[in-house]
Amino acid sequence: MAAPLALLLIVAVTIRAALFRTSLANLISERVEVVSPLNAWKRVVEGLALLDLDISPYSGDVFHETPMVIYLFHFLMDYAEITFMGAGVKFSSLHLVSQFRKQKFALEADRIPMDCLELIRSPTEMYYIPLKVAMFYLLNPFTIVSCVAKCTCGLNNAVIALFILSTMRGSALLSAIFLALATYQSIYPLTLCVPALLYLLQRLYIPVNVRRSSFWFYTLQYLFMFLGSLLVLICLSFFLLGSWDFLPAVYGFILSVPDLTPNIGLFWYFFAEMFDHFRLFFLCVFQINVFFYTLPLSIKLKEHPVFLIFMQIALIAIFKSYPTVGDLSLYMAFLPVWNHLYRFLRNIFLVSCVLLACSALFPVLWHLWIYAGSANSNFYYAITLLFSVAQILLVSDYFYAFLRREHHLTNGLYLKKKDGSEATLVLK
Amino acid sequence: MGLLSDPNRRRALIGMLTRLNAPICMICYMAGVAWFMGLAFEPFTLRTYMSENAMGSTMVEERFPAGERALATGREFAAHKKKTGGMPVDWLVRTMQARGLEVYTQRFSRKLPFPDEDKERYMVKGTNVYGILRAPRAPRTEALVLSAPCSPGNENNQAVGILLGLAQYFRSQIYWAKDIIFLVNEHDLIGMQAWLEGYHHTNTTGMDWSPLQGRGGSIQAALSLELSSDVVTSLDLVLEGLNGQLPNLDLANLFYAFCQKIGVLCTTQGKLPRNDWDTTSGYSHAVQTMMLMVLKQASSRPWGDHGLFLRYHIEAASIKGVNSFRPYKTDATTVGRLLEGMYRKLNNLLERLHQSYFFYLMPSLTRFVSIGYYMPAFGLLALILLLRALDLWVQLSSPPTRTTEDGVEVVPASPGVLSILTPLVISHLTGVALYTLPVLSQELAVEHFPVSETEAVVLTAIAIYTGGTRSHDTHRLLAGEGTEQGWKVLKLVAVLYLAVLLGCTALINFSLGFILALTLVPLAAFITPHVPKTLSAVVMVILSPGLTLLFAVFFFQELQETPVTLQEGWMLYLSVISQGILDHALYGSLLYPLAALLVYPCWLLFWNILFWK
Repeated sequence: MAAPLALLLIVAVTIRAALFRTSLANLISERVEVVSPLNAWKRVVEGLALLDLDISPYSGDVFHETPMVIYLFHFLMDYAEITFMGAGVKFSSLHLVSQFRKQKFALEADRIPMDCLELIRSPTEMYYIPLKVAMFYLLNPFTIVSCVAKCTCGLNNAVIALFILSTMRGSALLSAIFLALATYQSIYPLTLCVPALLYLLQRLYIPVNVRRSSFWFYTLQYLFMFLGSLLVLICLSFFLLGSWDFLPAVYGFILSVPDLTPNIGLFWYFFAEMFDHFRLFFLCVFQINVFFYTLPLSIKLKEHPVFLIFMQIALIAIFKSYPTVGDLSLYMAFLPVWNHLYRFLRNIFLVSCVLLACSALFPVLWHLWIYAGSANSNFYYAITLLFSVAQILLVSDYFYAFLRREHHLTNGLYLKKKDGSEATLVLK
Repeated sequence: MGLLSDPNRRRALIGMLTRLNAPICMICYMAGVAWFMGLAFEPFTLRTYMSENAMGSTMVEERFPAGERALATGREFAAHKKKTGGMPVDWLVRTMQARGLEVYTQRFSRKLPFPDEDKERYMVKGTNVYGILRAPRAPRTEALVLSAPCSPGNENNQAVGILLGLAQYFRSQIYWAKDIIFLVNEHDLIGMQAWLEGYHHTNTTGMDWSPLQGRGGSIQAALSLELSSDVVTSLDLVLEGLNGQLPNLDLANLFYAFCQKIGVLCTTQGKLPRNDWDTTSGYSHAVQTMMLMVLKQASSRPWGDHGLFLRYHIEAASIKGVNSFRPYKTDATTVGRLLEGMYRKLNNLLERLHQSYFFYLMPSLTRFVSIGYYMPAFGLLALILLLRALDLWVQLSSPPTRTTEDGVEVVPASPGVLSILTPLVISHLTGVALYTLPVLSQELAVEHFPVSETEAVVLTAIAIYTGGTRSHDTHRLLAGEGTEQGWKVLKLVAVLYLAVLLGCTALINFSLGFILALTLVPLAAFITPHVPKTLSAVVMVILSPGLTLLFAVFFFQELQETPVTLQEGWMLYLSVISQGILDHALYGSLLYPLAALLVYPCWLLFWNILFWK
């Protein structure tokens, strides 16, 4: 296992190092698909320059990173390619993530009908999953361009990966701390609180039951750790900067979406067209998308918190206000974990074709709109829309496949109707 | 969503698509071609109309009187040009200053990557002269450009004459709200490139030029005038710019409107608009006009000095005076009045031209086909690729299980990554070689073979192109024997690759995308390792991008009514290749890198599939 991992790491690092040295790096770091106003390296540099001049980095409307990040880079400025390391950290953590599944399947194997045995993954398959996850993340072109652009979402991804890792390891404190860090960075990971809690409860064999005091005790304990560390982080930021400027500049910026630079998300076009008096209402409608699905999903996937984490990360990447391709690569890295669902996926061909075509069309339509001036923003937004639809289709397809597999695990793989003919499952 | 969720209906649909795949593909192809040919049929096209308010309703009067004087200035210019043996810079500066313009010059020099044999130039040195007429009526934030080239020999003297005549006349008028820049550029496009780069402070092609001393506002529109005779029978409008970019259709509408008003014959692609669309000859006339536009656009090169303006988001067109044997002639005064009228209307613009279309084809000057009408023709061709990809996907996801004699089912092994990756990498490396080597290795070739540099470049390109076809069984290099599954996966990759490539190309340059789709799509659809090798190889070579270019050259000459013999056609083909490489090096035309780095490797992938063992 170690040898292929090392090889993979070397290949990944070489690709990035090579790209850093070419003129492509400049080009990529200007692409709106790769960097957003929230995490562009150019803006971090600007913020650092302001900080060096003893001016609050949040004066003006350029810098929107959290204070911790700017102080992190303040000390590491000489290693501008830090994002790089972020990827490395993330990689090592991610590849461990999926090891948990081994025990889980050992448990499941006892209580399922015999004909479903082919649905269970063999230990050899399980063995390579961490490697595949690492490969999917490190060699994903989206991750590579995001890293070459020195987009700070690589750091966010690393924090989320560490959170998942510590959750899988069952360490509630670390999990809460990393979750607080991720939330501190970009609010949205807040929704990951639920699956983490569910997982930790499951691990301790505490049933999710509102009448049990042990459930409430553990929930409150976890929430206390999470909110406590979040509070510590925010207070620490305050003491570092000596002002609360960062709150509106970071969280206000994320939630109220004042910067309508085009990106691969759904917000910019809509809010550019919007009359001002509807703005607040639609802002709520759009933002609620990220948080809204947590409740139904956690009820449905109560038993499967890991899949819930995947769904949540994907939903965040799709519906957040300033998404970049780096966010996409995070949930895409989890796809190999679910490769046992592959046989139940229905639209994977369609989805991958659309994602592929859209990725190629983004720069083309951008060129036509901005440089040639012959196309307009509608062309670009059409592709954005298609890209989001494809992602949603991908996520819902995985969700369907997961539920279907669960159904087969309890009811047997080859379903029969009452008259003995072969039955089909129809989703209505 | 029933189709996406109901397994029975899905199965029925997919079953139908795979069973009827070949006939559906055939129908799509024919429908695509028929749709395209239908675009030239007048009832299916729209009449051009002026969309821009500022230019539509405002009336202007044209009073330019001094055509004869302008021609005399042109003759004087010719004499000075002959005397200095190039651009008569001093004379031009003096003349422009005498007409009350702010005059500046710009020197530039450029060493071509290899000698240009068509225009006989290698080390280019020249000077642009331009005069700015400052707007008396408004803050000088916007500008218009009128340019005329200073060409070698007796060409375009009258154009410079009219330019200077107009400058003098415009100077005495008070209604200008935009700066008007009168530019005389040397060495046609190279000079234009230097001037535009200087004006916009960019340097994209590594040319040496001296910075501009004077500037006007941001340029809103530009016209380039080419005129080589004292009287003209008609004026020809040239729209096709770099990389197939077209100016806003309103510019063409403006030209047409004034030609109608003043009573000048006007053409596009050298073809007059005709009214007899219901006759065969009328229809074929429209098809010829449209095909000429398609071929010119597909060539991705600027077809007049205006072509480089488009890159800077400036609407521009060239107007060429044609003097043929028709009895009805138009004199220089009328041409001057026409230009005056156009500039006065452009002067009225409140914002950049944007109301009308940017993506269009013109079967005649009065008719146009917009993107919504022509894209389905391409869409139908691209659909074939998607259908084939779907078919392959279905075949791959349900592999036929073969039963051996013992009754044991054998599922074919999935192909190794290496057998797919090797052809991909090698064909792209061949593409990189085709892109870089011709220019790099010219000295070496000249040393060892009795050829000139230009020939060396072109012949190296052709040699690499043909040599690349030798790499037809690359998948066996590392992975050993190819499997049945292997070529299917490779073909799936290649088909999707081609679909994305053609889709992007067609968006930027519809004509190029469509012509490539016309030849590459059938090839991509039918190639498997099981078709007859020799015959398919011949078909593949005929449909390859290189030969498509050769046919396009012959077809273009045929359409222009200057048919060439095989020998001449071949020479023309060689010069077209060298021009393509030069256009890329000098102006940044994208056709050569696109063909070498993407289209050719893609074709090589299909070549690999044909020889899959």
